[in-house]
Amino acid sequence: MVDMTTLGDDAIAAKGWFKSHKFLILRRLSQLGILALFLTGPWFGLWIVKGNLASSLTLDFLPLTDPYVLLQAMLSGVVPETAAIIGVVIVLLFYILVGGRVYCSWVCPVNMVTDLAAWLRRKLGIRTTSQISRTTRYWMLTLTLILPLVVTGGIVWELVNPVSMMFRGIVFSMGAAWIMIAGIFLFDLLVAKDGWCGHICPVGAFYNLVGSKSLLKVNALQRQACNDCMECYVVCPEPQVIKPALKGEKKGLSPVILSSDCTNCGRCIDICAKDVFSYGGRHAIKIDEYKCEGEINRGVRV
Amino acid sequence: MSESEKKNELNRRQFLGNMLKTACGVGLVGLGLGAYSNRASSMPANYVRPPGALPEEDFLGACIRCGLCVRDCPYDILFLGEVGDEVATGTPYFIARTGPCEMCEDIPCVVACPTNALDHDLKDIEDSRMGLAVVIDQESCIAFHGLRCEVCFNVCPIRGRAISLDMQHNTRSGKHALFIPVVHSDACTGCGLCERACILEEAAIKIFPMHLAKGELGKHYRLGWKEKDKAGESLVTPDTEHRYNLPEGVRYDLQGEGLIIEGEAEETPFSSNPLDTLNSGFMDK
Repeated sequence: MVDMTTLGDDAIAAKGWFKSHKFLILRRLSQLGILALFLTGPWFGLWIVKGNLASSLTLDFLPLTDPYVLLQAMLSGVVPETAAIIGVVIVLLFYILVGGRVYCSWVCPVNMVTDLAAWLRRKLGIRTTSQISRTTRYWMLTLTLILPLVVTGGIVWELVNPVSMMFRGIVFSMGAAWIMIAGIFLFDLLVAKDGWCGHICPVGAFYNLVGSKSLLKVNALQRQACNDCMECYVVCPEPQVIKPALKGEKKGLSPVILSSDCTNCGRCIDICAKDVFSYGGRHAIKIDEYKCEGEINRGVRV
Repeated sequence: MSESEKKNELNRRQFLGNMLKTACGVGLVGLGLGAYSNRASSMPANYVRPPGALPEEDFLGACIRCGLCVRDCPYDILFLGEVGDEVATGTPYFIARTGPCEMCEDIPCVVACPTNALDHDLKDIEDSRMGLAVVIDQESCIAFHGLRCEVCFNVCPIRGRAISLDMQHNTRSGKHALFIPVVHSDACTGCGLCERACILEEAAIKIFPMHLAKGELGKHYRLGWKEKDKAGESLVTPDTEHRYNLPEGVRYDLQGEGLIIEGEAEETPFSSNPLDTLNSGFMDK
């Protein structure tokens, strides 16, 4: 069992505090920075990005539209405007390249809430387990795509979607949306580890599918250096993705974390004192199926 | 059955069981969401959608709750529904009494909409139908008391056509006129400027959604006189000329002011001009 009181100490000792929190800090900067871009307008009258994550217009020029919400709109019979189509194509291309769930770990504001809950769980030693399957999110996704077809209420999911609710709440007005956010926080803290993002959220499930063949991946190229401290499993929001890459050498499995559940958050890279993990391409690794891993590692690392 | 087969069987059962549980759970969530969406698709009567908004049911399917219309409204009248509001979460609306639509000619809110939830075919703001103004309370509207107000008539951006003043007799004073505001649905856009301008504590003229403001004639109704005009003749029974049962030498013609006795004109000693009669006395003497 990993000792929670010393979690991350090895990495700090080996790499220093900043290097062992590098991607965590970058992710927070990304999440808050995106919010800031939307907020300079309403707060200071400096309009950089208008709208919200559902659809936005940057500098009165660049349209970006969330493919998931537009898909729901189209299922309820909408023909979108050209700007929305262009916006969707740009967003889709981006996430197809860098990984769909980059949305979850680098953009989505709810991630900060659920990360806080996960951090508190570790600090307080809460070990509740729930029976919720990680496939629930795909059922939820299916449900949210069927509802616009059968219910007259249109994009039904958007009535309760905590992701858009939180972002819209911050950029426009919160109303009672904080209750929803508090609910997710408590659910993740007390009921299930990574309960919302890792099990239920259909937005994440959608982006998961979008990025299922993404080019940017985390890999465990230095897996021989692994000292089995297990800390990566503890901090990872989708720990099931690590094992095949980290421990699959004997089975001939690729050191690349291929599961699209991986959110490319980089916490495993931060926490590892042995620098086992790094970002890299999906296909770069194929080469070293034929060569010695050690030789080529430095060449393919980004 | 071998040990591994047993284990597989158990795994399969477990797998199917788990799947069934998940499906049931998500199904329940779906039922809840469906029921909630029905409730959430009703809107308070004083919430007005922006210009060009599709009919409510279609609107809720088309609006992706991005708030771009809110941002592009130069008068900042639009709000997004909050959780707990009686309007679908994240959808735009305005309240006429506090912030009516100023009817911009270039309709920026519609231009901003990425999904046609605000119909891009709306090019002329005067064609928009956000709702309909209704003079809802004749008891408090001071025009009905015979007082001059006409504020709603004067602030109307389609002045004279969307609201006209109907002059009526003031039966209280017996000698004055009432200037009654009358809304015409063929021109009123439902912008709400009249509602905001109404001088009363609580506006007597209010914007209502079309389905609340308007009645609808039964589809089978035909207005006889219009059908007659269209066909050129009565569709039911042929027109019969009305015959009056009058003595000889008398006829009836309303435009000629009622009963007319033929030949009477020559027999009367009086001129048709009363001044002649008055003046005649002087001439004789």
